Amino acid sequence: MPLNKRLENGSVSGLLTKMMRSEIFVLLIALVLLCVIVSCLSPVFLTTRNIMTTLRQVSLTAICGFGLTLIILVGEIDLSVGSAQAVAGLVMVLVLNSTGSIVLGIITALLVGAVYGAINGILVTAGKLNSLIATLGTMAIWRGACMVTTNAVSIQSTVPQFQELATGFVGPFPNALLMAVAVYIALYYMLNKTTFGRYLYAIGGNQEAARLSGLPVARMKVIVYIISGMLTMFAGVLLSSRMASAQPTAGTGFEMVVIASIILGGVSLSGGIGTIAGALLGMLILGVLQNGLTLLDVSSFWQDITRGLLIIIAVFLDARRKDSVVKRLLREQKKQEGSEQAAL
Amino acid sequence: MKQPILKIKNMHKTFPGVYALKGVEFDIFPGEVHALVGENGAGKSTLIKIMSGVYDFSEGEYEIEGKSANIQNPLDAINKGLSVIYQELNLVGSLSVAENVYFGRLPAKNGQVKWKELYSETKRYLEMVGLNVDPRLKVQYLSVAQQQLVEIAKAISLNSKVIIMDEPTSALSPKEIEYLFKVIRELSASSVGIVYVSHKLSEIFELSNRITVFRDGQRVGTVNTGDVGEQHLIMMMVGRELADMFPKHTPAIGDVMLDVKDLTTEKVSDITFNIRKGEIVGFSGLMGAGRTELTMALFGVDRHIRGTITIDGKKLAGASPNEARKSGLGLVPENRKEGGIFPGLSVLKNMTIVSLSYFTSGIHIHTGAERKSVQDMINSISIRTPSMEQLVSKLSGGNQQKVLLARWLLKKDLKLLIIDEPTRGIDVGAKAEIYEIMVKLADQGLSILMVSSELPELLGVCDRIYVMKNGRITGEFNKSEASEELLLEKAIH
Repeated sequence: MPLNKRLENGSVSGLLTKMMRSEIFVLLIALVLLCVIVSCLSPVFLTTRNIMTTLRQVSLTAICGFGLTLIILVGEIDLSVGSAQAVAGLVMVLVLNSTGSIVLGIITALLVGAVYGAINGILVTAGKLNSLIATLGTMAIWRGACMVTTNAVSIQSTVPQFQELATGFVGPFPNALLMAVAVYIALYYMLNKTTFGRYLYAIGGNQEAARLSGLPVARMKVIVYIISGMLTMFAGVLLSSRMASAQPTAGTGFEMVVIASIILGGVSLSGGIGTIAGALLGMLILGVLQNGLTLLDVSSFWQDITRGLLIIIAVFLDARRKDSVVKRLLREQKKQEGSEQAAL
Repeated sequence: MKQPILKIKNMHKTFPGVYALKGVEFDIFPGEVHALVGENGAGKSTLIKIMSGVYDFSEGEYEIEGKSANIQNPLDAINKGLSVIYQELNLVGSLSVAENVYFGRLPAKNGQVKWKELYSETKRYLEMVGLNVDPRLKVQYLSVAQQQLVEIAKAISLNSKVIIMDEPTSALSPKEIEYLFKVIRELSASSVGIVYVSHKLSEIFELSNRITVFRDGQRVGTVNTGDVGEQHLIMMMVGRELADMFPKHTPAIGDVMLDVKDLTTEKVSDITFNIRKGEIVGFSGLMGAGRTELTMALFGVDRHIRGTITIDGKKLAGASPNEARKSGLGLVPENRKEGGIFPGLSVLKNMTIVSLSYFTSGIHIHTGAERKSVQDMINSISIRTPSMEQLVSKLSGGNQQKVLLARWLLKKDLKLLIIDEPTRGIDVGAKAEIYEIMVKLADQGLSILMVSSELPELLGVCDRIYVMKNGRITGEFNKSEASEELLLEKAIH
């Protein structure tokens, strides 16, 4: 068998082990397996309609999740994304109802998003607050602000076209999916082909070294928070568009789902390690799982439990990953030293 | 002939990747002061730590009074009559003198400490070393010299047969040193063996009976103090041909590149000095003298209280690393792992992180141009890496250091490179290569500020050396007039 021979020669095995080691590959396999299992259990899963619904759902998560991925890559976190989405919906619908302009509503929401991101960024950099604690605070503040302004009652949109924004299609593709793809391409480029991306990975990977190399650490962090803030608000606008209303409780618990899927996608919570492709796969896996559970009529309470388990698994994998990286490095170092000594 | 208290035969010790001791011999007789000398990294500390049970050894024999020592841990070593007084003293400042002397073995009955006995016993031992302080006094209120005497009193109270002293005079005044010597002589008169580790040759000649010289983990020789002169001893210590280690640098020194006036931060005071174009200037001093803190001040990491920094005629505006970088400063910090490399990134990305603007148009990085520059740099300073995509954390220490040098060399407008401990944790071969790179750069007109704890390195590479103590500059020497003794003297007094 030629393949066997090639394996023996090592020409293929190198590539194969490389692929096996590649997390993207493992995630892709996991996603395919999950799809196969769900499609076996439910005939509805593979219908175009269901696929597009799932993709639209994942797109909403992803637009916000891509921004959050940047924050995690730079070594910080933002727990307030769920609350911020409720704020986005509120701002959007209030502006929309008073002016009748969707564009004006989106622009206002994005501006609010930039301010919200800048506040988080400044708290973390200039204020030197731990981002976990700082955004835990802003998370409560934003949610509370939504409740206070709406009296905990949802506000309906008075402009019927607004719902089109998130639920409409271009050809066979949902609007939200196309927007998510655009955001993905833009961020992929920024992370891989620009100074912004290099700095981001460097700061997340070793903040002290970044500082001592004279990189603009604080400025970069604020910028990342602003980008993420705007993306979060945009996702919030889409969410309110889908419901044609501003819900003060929108996005509750959303932060945990997004963070879990990003970590599941191989982005390290300690920063500097991970790819946006991995984050996307993590979100797809979680989206398909959620869709599958719904199709199988599993109660939403059980879905919560499943999500919780997945968060634990994701963090466990993150810890394992770091462990195995350290072990691998040690092993290779030893090997190298062995050969150096042999050379002596 | 008497039997040695302690005898070490053919001792080997390896750490992952480093051969720390190679077939070392050492012994100490009762009542003898045996000096142990050698450069940093020669293996003195390793031997001390093996003798005192901190490290295990890989191979060899270790005997105490003719029997295999079989020391399990530091406490075991103490019980077998061995005390170590480390350079950074091992006392608990918030406890009393008596509690420190009897640390971990307070005289007690039914769980009640017998304070009276504790104080009177401590008093007795303090008198033996001539220290007249109240045993109830907290150690933090004592001077370093007094604390050292407390350590010696503790060693006596433990019935130590051998006391190892690691650089005991590094923080003492001449008068205190004189007193310490008196105590040491009394100890040796009462048959205690003293292992005396020091850089200061004058002390060694004054105090010791025998001298053992270490170099690169091996014993060069053991001599009777009366039989050798200072020159001979230095030759034994340095050994390797310094001329080969340090490339010749004929400075073509130009105008002043860096001019610092009255620079003061929380950690350094009134720093005034300059570096000219193409000059290598060294900063010497003891640990904690403020040398690294000076680099932090220069690079804008620490806030300036007052003072000015002028680079190439232009005053540095604000104090921030970003500003310093833009003004043409580069920093290779002391701790490569914590403050230098980005372990998760490739050699390429580590190298170009501060010079990306040269490969960028708009926001797009042209990887072709970037890779070419990196490959040229890898060739020119011979960084040994399988490829530029290799993770930097997989390279050896010497090659990581070269990557950090390369990081700044790729920045075409670099004017001054600050290198803190350029060869820490690097093997001898790579050391010579790093010196060569530094000298070549200076020849090309770059100004270099280097901080080092290794005197031979400073003397071998620098055109001018400043000495620091307590956050201040205390001396300045030209290459021709500098010597180890002069540098040490300025660092201590």
